[in-house]
Amino acid sequence: MMKRDECLKVLARHRTDEIVVAVYMAAQEWIHISPSDLNYTFTGAMGQGSSHALGLALGRPDKRIIVLDGDGSLLMNLGSLVTIGHAAPKNLIHCVCENGTYETNGGVPLPGIRHISFTAIARAAGYPKTYEFANLEDWEREAGRILREEGPILVDLKIVPGAEYPEDFRRLYSVEHREVFRKAFQK
Amino acid sequence: MELKACDIIREIKRSGIRFVVALPDRVTSEHLLKPILQDRELKVVQVCKEDEGVSICSGLYNAGRRALLLIQYTGLLDSVNSLRGVAVEGQNPVCMMVGLLGKEPGVAPTRSKRYGVRIVEPILDAMGIEHHLIEAAEDIAKIVPAVERAYERSAPVALLIGREPR
Repeated sequence: MMKRDECLKVLARHRTDEIVVAVYMAAQEWIHISPSDLNYTFTGAMGQGSSHALGLALGRPDKRIIVLDGDGSLLMNLGSLVTIGHAAPKNLIHCVCENGTYETNGGVPLPGIRHISFTAIARAAGYPKTYEFANLEDWEREAGRILREEGPILVDLKIVPGAEYPEDFRRLYSVEHREVFRKAFQK
Repeated sequence: MELKACDIIREIKRSGIRFVVALPDRVTSEHLLKPILQDRELKVVQVCKEDEGVSICSGLYNAGRRALLLIQYTGLLDSVNSLRGVAVEGQNPVCMMVGLLGKEPGVAPTRSKRYGVRIVEPILDAMGIEHHLIEAAEDIAKIVPAVERAYERSAPVALLIGREPR
């Protein structure tokens, strides 16, 4: 298992000009680990990150979109895997931070977590490529190459909580920051 | 009184919309969605559940594109939390075209015998979401101003389709 913040730091080192859609705990950490006007945290409701990312990806096929989803969030919007598989955006990389719990909501375990394979579900839904990482060195070695691959790709990151970061949902959903994003994205 | 689907499609295009995010609805499938699927000027994104569509439309908006969410009222009811968080609180101009399946012709939605149809407008009112009934030919003229107003206000709008377009 990887500590989430260390895992995100690997992604940040390989990030160039990608738009990153991040939800919940990953979002709280990502805005500190990789601050940028191209961070999109304005997802508004649990489970919706992958769908926002699809809209961004279809709207701007010339930009690469990374979504940092949660496992509980994805379970709430599993159909989005089929929608994304069908739409087949080449510029979308769907990372799932899998910790097996509803961490933001008290750390209660997810239903079925011993049996679920997000990569298997994604492949069955039409994602041509999937990856799983539980080891930081493997993720570090492969991340740069995966970010350049044609999507849609699902990357299952097996994580545990790492260092603590401040929690600020008001910042994540701030319309003012969203407007800054829109201006930066539409340049 | 007949609603012409080709006129609705013309107005959708005239409002600058180029993406239609859709989940089939018996009121609009045959004469609206099927022609739209064949229309080269409109790109259709098919979703598995309507709340996905609220967020896809928002992502498209934030990418600088205009979109329409074409759904049934049952899907609108199922998407109330996404509409709350993504469209209203998130101030995204999600433009919806919503089929009122089972609404009786010429009867106001709030007077329908169908419970589900009857509660649509009160729920939209409670959420502060602007809505317009598109039931007669002259109502089609409401489409462009409603979409323009949604983008000006950065707020959602629901265009309620009161009878099957032909």
